[in-house]
Amino acid sequence: MEHIELFFKSIFIDNMVFATFLGMCSYLAVSKKVSTAVGLGAAVIFVLAITVPLNWLLDQYILQEGALTWLGPEYADYDLSFLSFIMFIATIATMVQLVEIIVEKFSPSLYNSLGIFLPLIAVNCAILGGSLFMQSRQIETIGLAFNYGVASGIGWFLAILAIAAIREKIRYSNVPAPLRGLGITFIITGLMAIGFMSFGGMLTGGDDAAEKEDKAAKVEVIDETKDDKKELAENTTKAIK
Amino acid sequence: MGKDSKLILDPLTDNNPITIQVLGICSALAITAQLKASIVMTISVLFVMGIGNVVMSLIRNIIPSKIRIIVQLTVVAALVIIVDQVLKAYSYQLSKELGAFIGLIITNCIIMGRFEAFALGNGPWRSFLDGIGNALGYGVILIIVGFFRELLGSGTLLGYQVLGDPIAKTGLYAFGYENNGFMLLAPMALIVVGIIIWVQRAKNPALVEDN
Repeated sequence: MEHIELFFKSIFIDNMVFATFLGMCSYLAVSKKVSTAVGLGAAVIFVLAITVPLNWLLDQYILQEGALTWLGPEYADYDLSFLSFIMFIATIATMVQLVEIIVEKFSPSLYNSLGIFLPLIAVNCAILGGSLFMQSRQIETIGLAFNYGVASGIGWFLAILAIAAIREKIRYSNVPAPLRGLGITFIITGLMAIGFMSFGGMLTGGDDAAEKEDKAAKVEVIDETKDDKKELAENTTKAIK
Repeated sequence: MGKDSKLILDPLTDNNPITIQVLGICSALAITAQLKASIVMTISVLFVMGIGNVVMSLIRNIIPSKIRIIVQLTVVAALVIIVDQVLKAYSYQLSKELGAFIGLIITNCIIMGRFEAFALGNGPWRSFLDGIGNALGYGVILIIVGFFRELLGSGTLLGYQVLGDPIAKTGLYAFGYENNGFMLLAPMALIVVGIIIWVQRAKNPALVEDN
């Protein structure tokens, strides 16, 4: 249950792009075409799924206050958490390099589709943000950390896919000249973020019994609302014009 | 000298890191609900970029280009740890509010972007100016967005009630004015930045994109 809750919460309610604005730079830069957006999105899911659990281990066994007790009781007072930034980013940078080498060796076709995006990802804030939020939200087990990584990645993937689809369509419409390109993308993203806020009620409303029903019905609801949202975003952009 | 002052002035307007180069958007949007947080973020980025650019420019000839990204990340991470520790020591409340976003200065693309585009090919003094200029350009947008969001969202500036007291109904509130709580929510940051871009490009048609 915990897993399902965290999974949907990370995808929809705490969506990386719409709720916390992580990875906006590549989100804006690589969303001109759906095919490249899919490539980058897949790479983000992949890297988050690896780095979040790894950094969870680092955090639990090296960085947290008292985490070094496994070395012996005299290490119990050590608090290395001020090192977390440098440790996390080092893990991410090396993992990205490793993944790049491994993928190139074993699956050249995957490398061709993901390849150019992997170096970009080392400096994508979504990846470091995933680890930092994992730390500040105090996720309890490594299973949950993995779940959190994958789900946040999927949330990011959905966001970039949706905006790329809208941008492909908007090319044929008559946007006011100063708003073309970046400006309209910002405003569409804002409208989409407002749409995504409606998911906020999903986990907070109702008592326990209602919550159980909710969860059973959730999967269908999500499918529907996703389509609705795209439509809504598209309609609103039409309205703006 | 004319060239040097251009390094500082260009990023403030026609080559702004946020609205033109599309760098460093994440933090610009996430922490601008209050003016104070925007100002602290600007100062932090100013510090990291000024020093980071000088360091990278000094070691640019001795690092192999293959591992330069890791070197860059290490330099930035070290500087950000300093900022984080100083904030925790002198302004703990604010550092709690900014939370993970101070750490995210590391992956702020402005910093990496200017390292790659400028500091790796120029001397320390010019790199320093470039760093300061871009950080200021970033800060200008942050402060504009923070100003409007705090003013319209909670009717305060830096915590002072500039529009009167909403409970005692003084100042503007006496005429039935209400705070627009929507401005405090995340999506409005995007829309405010969108409007800034709109205004900027309407004033300078040379910046308009094709699509």
